[in-house]
Amino acid sequence: MTVPRSDRSDTGPWPYIVAAIVVCLLAAVPFLGVNAYLLSILTLGLFFAVFAMCWDLLFGYAGEPNFGATFLIGTGAYTAALLSSNGLASPAVCIVAGAIAAVVAGVLLALPALRLRGPYFGLVTLVATLILRQVIILFSDYTGGEIGIAVPDIITISSTLNFYIALGAAVLTALVLRLLVNSPFGLVLEAIGQDPLNARVLGFEITKYKVSAFCVSAFFSGLAGALMVFYLGTASTNVFVDASVGVQVIIAAIVGGRRTIVGPAIGGVFLIAAAQYLHPLGSLSEMGVAVVALVILLFLPGGLLGATRLFRKAR
Amino acid sequence: MLLEVTDLLKRFGGLKAVDGVSFAVDRGEILGLIGPNGSGKSTVMNLIMGVLKPDSGSILLDSREIGGRSPNRIAGHGVSMVFQHSRPLHQQTVLQNLYLALLPNRLFNFRLSPDIDSRAHDALKLVGLEHFAGRKPSELPFAGLRRLELAKSLVRKPSLLLLDEPFAGLSASEMEEFSDLIRQLRSDERAIILVDHNVKGVRALVDRIVAMSSGQKIADDLPDHVLASPRVREVYLGRGDEAVFRRPHSPAPDAPSALKVEHVSVRYGEAIALDDVSLSVPRGEVTAVVGLNGAGKTSLFNAICGIVPASGTVEYEGRTPRARRAYEIARSGVVLCPETRELFTDMTVQENLGIGGNALAAAEKRRQTEFVESLFPRLAERRKQFARTLSGGEQQQLAIARALMMKPSILLIDEPTLGLAPIIFDAISNVIETLRESGELSLFLAEQNLTFALRHADLIHVMEHGKIKWSGPAGEFDAGSALIA
Ligand SMILES: Nc1ncnc2c1ncn2[C@@H]1O[C@H](COP(=O)(O)OP(=O)(O)OP(=O)(O)O)[C@@H](O)[C@H]1O
Ligand SMILES: [Mg+2]
Repeated sequence: MTVPRSDRSDTGPWPYIVAAIVVCLLAAVPFLGVNAYLLSILTLGLFFAVFAMCWDLLFGYAGEPNFGATFLIGTGAYTAALLSSNGLASPAVCIVAGAIAAVVAGVLLALPALRLRGPYFGLVTLVATLILRQVIILFSDYTGGEIGIAVPDIITISSTLNFYIALGAAVLTALVLRLLVNSPFGLVLEAIGQDPLNARVLGFEITKYKVSAFCVSAFFSGLAGALMVFYLGTASTNVFVDASVGVQVIIAAIVGGRRTIVGPAIGGVFLIAAAQYLHPLGSLSEMGVAVVALVILLFLPGGLLGATRLFRKAR
Repeated sequence: MLLEVTDLLKRFGGLKAVDGVSFAVDRGEILGLIGPNGSGKSTVMNLIMGVLKPDSGSILLDSREIGGRSPNRIAGHGVSMVFQHSRPLHQQTVLQNLYLALLPNRLFNFRLSPDIDSRAHDALKLVGLEHFAGRKPSELPFAGLRRLELAKSLVRKPSLLLLDEPFAGLSASEMEEFSDLIRQLRSDERAIILVDHNVKGVRALVDRIVAMSSGQKIADDLPDHVLASPRVREVYLGRGDEAVFRRPHSPAPDAPSALKVEHVSVRYGEAIALDDVSLSVPRGEVTAVVGLNGAGKTSLFNAICGIVPASGTVEYEGRTPRARRAYEIARSGVVLCPETRELFTDMTVQENLGIGGNALAAAEKRRQTEFVESLFPRLAERRKQFARTLSGGEQQQLAIARALMMKPSILLIDEPTLGLAPIIFDAISNVIETLRESGELSLFLAEQNLTFALRHADLIHVMEHGKIKWSGPAGEFDAGSALIA
């Protein structure tokens, strides 16, 4: 047998140092004299980054394709919006309630759905999104239907502060999820994703782990959904409860590089930014984003983050 | 008794895969479980582990009923299983694979205890993988994967250890080493159940043998008694290793070549898997390449079939294609039956055969199907069964049958005897003899099993460290046999 060179397969502290620098740079953005427009794009992009990271936890690690990301996001968003518009709670309480509601809805969905494997699980999550959307439209007296609900409260009018709120949410989500996936819990989760039978034979009760992962994913999705409602000032189905938005979350995660958490965060910001910058092209812009995504999917199977790895290897 | 199995029954549709089996194992004992392919051995193991639920009967572990419980609970009661096929986590390192085996089934577990780390390292040392801790399982040699799986099981300190075909694909010396490892695991606290088709290996290791056939127990006694029983000979051992029916036959040195391999080398990154190999496969004969695991046999076959890039030239029936493209080579009648089988697992037996015979006209396809089904009658019985649910040995038969459906002119079989019961060796022997007599087919086998290779091959190539060490007629092999442990 040949003796391998080194025992370490990871890359040392560099990813963390790079991540810290990137966060610092992002935190400095408002002081670099960028205009409000760019700041608003970044803010939205960071919320989207949270959605993509949450999706990655489920698919990249637990191996469950969640086509209903907006079921969780929408539950968080609408809970916050309904509480606020009815004057029932302060924004802070609304946001926490949104996150909790998403977890509850997530568990109610996951418990029956996780019995199903692979694509069937994905289909159930997709149907859940469609149903939530129909319910919102059906009870339009309360929910504003397709027009949406305006929230009277705001957290702040400062675009800088809003940017920091989104940045905080993204950094917090990234930290928590990275810690999770690098922990023994994450190892078990991945084992379940790769080979559930083997995981069971090693003594793990897989539903327990999957439901927990679903809860974490739901919590941060709901949180970011609720925060975004207060940022946008309205909750509408086209933004928060829409299968095509769910697909965008998936594209963001895969374009960024699945099974990395950080990659999908990059993908989220990238996708929103690309859509905005291509906006002048009118209806061509969506096409443009799709083409860019397709090129990345076809030629960079590891996503944007995977590309940096290729680059490192090449050196 | 640690484990008492009584009247165990498991049906798959109309098939009784396990049909009223009873046996017991005590602490400190190693029990061998043998039987023909598809006799229900793996099914019994899966029932004990909880992977399958019994239809009736009882499984008592320490006088506690565990039949029908979920695998994670049964694992919690101290049962551990090594599957017939290695299934490590490919994206994690070898060390992480061991961590996984050691982790408690507890959600709030966010730090790895130093205890787990040291136990994992100890286990790796015990199985001789300590230098591979940071590597991915895919970088391990074949026998290394087995060791990893064994380490994963033994770190759990199971009171009942189930081993399904731990020796399959191992060379004689690797098997010895592995047996020693298993012997070390024997303890007063633990029982081991071992399923394997390597009768020699099983006999040397176990205290008692239970033999099964068609789902039923047919013998339960000391190893020598069981192996001497006429019934076991008839259904399982067949003519046995003792029978020698090697035809004294040596191909003429100027016989036309079906395959001519010249200066072929294969590299994977920095590793040289195949180092300037030249050899020929005479037309209408049986040629075998023998050698230890990692000697380069599979790389040679993959290079010939254009599956891995290689330098050098390969001449197929006198033709030398400029670019070796896998599908073109396959179309031209050079067919590989790979070690990994590559069946379409979610299709039926019949569909798998159909895909093999895709290029044939309807009538010819029917004739060829009848032919392969007559070679492997079990496949005819199981036309509608999904390939995924076939037993290990049945899958191997299907893989060879599917390759034959392509009506190859040159058939390369990588490890034809992998996972097969001795009696199927006889059947495969007959297949090989039939094919040889038809003269239409040149066979090229890569074999671990020297006895089998010697019995059938006209020409032998011995491989070591990616190089050909010896070539010659099988009759003169004794000279070369010193080269292979
Ligand atoms: N899910 C299933 N559906 C239908 N038949 C099945 C299923 N699983 C197993 N079988 C059949 O049950 C029989 C027993 O299979 P088992 O895997 O226990 O055999 P085995 O003794 O381990 O054989 P081998 O030595 O080839 O591994 C086989 O004939 C197999 O085809
Ligand atoms: Mg078996």
